[in-house]
Amino acid sequence: MKLRTWFLLPAWLWMAALLAAPMAIVLAYSFLTRGTYGGIEQPWTVESYQRLLDPLYVAIYLRSFAMAAAATAICLVLGFPAALFIARASRRKNFYLQLVLLPFWTSFLVRTYAWLFLLRDTGLINSALLALGIIEQPLPMLYNDGAVLLGLVYGYLPFMVLPIYAVLERMDLTVEEAAADLGARPLSTLFRVTIPIAKPGIVAGCVLVFIPSLGAFLTPDLLGGGQTILIGNLVQNQFTTARDWPFGAAVSVVLMLLVAALVWTFLRRQSESIA
Amino acid sequence: MNILEVRELVKQFPGHRAVDRVSLSIPRGAFFSLLGPSGCGKTTMLRLIAGFEEPDSGEVLLGGENVNSRKPYERNVSTVFQNYALFPHLTVRGNVEFGLRRSRSTDITRRVSEVLELVRLTGKENRRPAELSGGERQRVALARSLVLRPDVLLLDEPMAALDPKLRNQMRLELKAMQRQVGITFLLVTHDQEEALGLSDQLAVMNAGRIEQAGTPREVYLQPRTRFVADFLGAVNWIEGVGVRSEAMRIERTPQPDIRSARGVVEHSAFLGDRLQVLVRMTNGEQAVAHVPRTGPGFEPGEDVHLCWNAADEMRFA
Repeated sequence: MKLRTWFLLPAWLWMAALLAAPMAIVLAYSFLTRGTYGGIEQPWTVESYQRLLDPLYVAIYLRSFAMAAAATAICLVLGFPAALFIARASRRKNFYLQLVLLPFWTSFLVRTYAWLFLLRDTGLINSALLALGIIEQPLPMLYNDGAVLLGLVYGYLPFMVLPIYAVLERMDLTVEEAAADLGARPLSTLFRVTIPIAKPGIVAGCVLVFIPSLGAFLTPDLLGGGQTILIGNLVQNQFTTARDWPFGAAVSVVLMLLVAALVWTFLRRQSESIA
Repeated sequence: MNILEVRELVKQFPGHRAVDRVSLSIPRGAFFSLLGPSGCGKTTMLRLIAGFEEPDSGEVLLGGENVNSRKPYERNVSTVFQNYALFPHLTVRGNVEFGLRRSRSTDITRRVSEVLELVRLTGKENRRPAELSGGERQRVALARSLVLRPDVLLLDEPMAALDPKLRNQMRLELKAMQRQVGITFLLVTHDQEEALGLSDQLAVMNAGRIEQAGTPREVYLQPRTRFVADFLGAVNWIEGVGVRSEAMRIERTPQPDIRSARGVVEHSAFLGDRLQVLVRMTNGEQAVAHVPRTGPGFEPGEDVHLCWNAADEMRFA
């Protein structure tokens, strides 16, 4: 075998054992029958997929997509200016980057709980506002869609900032001077030159935020308080409390297929517009 | 009338003064060059005129009007950048149209096709910069600026990124183009041959100041400072007097009625279009003479006489 093949072998083994095999198992489970105490049994069936057509589950898919799309849009609106600022900062670039990465120093779970302490009725924000006499009743900031959206944006914002920063960082700045020189005002330069050039980073950032948002279960669980069921929660429930593994597997498979189709069309359009 | 005037312009950067009280006048329709070594402040001059830098003091006047406080997008000058700075995400057409946003669409189509014909890029409208050769990219940069009919076109070392053969060809084309469109060109270069060959007038810059301005002939033949003499071409210094290498003749016998110095040939190089002969003079200094290759050759060790006309001597205070 060539050296090249040897070098790739560990990665191939890893992918086969920990990615391809579990996916094959999930796919197989989705076509089996639910066991009495969890697990799976014969015979093979497509019943789980039929159940997914129930309007209740279709609504969960739609709500999850809407939530993920909203989180992605907000991350883009917040993340692009931040990335631009860091890329153009003449000093302390690394410091600002560290600030973006700071949340990763602690566990995601701990950070989500921190939001709980901030947002709940007896939390920091409500207590402060009550003490200052600005409000008389605690604001309902927790256990609703807004809180879930906040959690998603908070959790995935760095994944938007970093790829956009990477593109803007190596962008040739004389191109912006050229635009000004040709009569474009700063805002016009931003929309006609900077953003189009940053598009690969924007696309990467959107994919990196959208996909995990779609499958998120911890954030909706903790900050949504079970009021907002997203696909991630549905899958989790089927494997734990509901003990319906085939149905949970079917939900996952459909989610994977939808995401794959979406990303594939997106990237294909992207490469077409470049070619 | 002067389309561009610069008065007592000063630009200070931390640690050095890039432009030090520079004044310039450029007549409408002229091809003017700023010539100087790297770091002499010529590019800063261009950036001050385009509006990318703000002067610490002094004035920039465009068509007689002070434009100091105007942003680059409010000045009717256009720049061809050294690296061209084409928009990578736009086609050739998109690049050329970029500055025409506010014009009528039928106008845009006509003007774009006219300018693309001028720079001989017809048929390449839908290519992207990455698919073009270096020479083509330069022509897109030119077209993108020329289509706006600027008062002054600023060119920052436009030939530097081209290979030498293409550079000569583009030089001729650039000059022809300037004549055809009648727009004032201000070229910044460190290449004296380029500046001499293209310009109606040129200014030689050194350490933030203009050493001398004038026609190529004046500046080359009557340099006011040693720096100018040296920068524009090879000079030999003989007893405080400068003589250009191509004004030197080499003779084997003493010549009457002519200035001369004795010496020994150290080295002779065949340069294709001429011979370069290095002579060690009796006073120990070296002189370089450029002599026709059609004449006799010279061997190292030969005793020779370096001869020149008194009219070719350059004297400095």
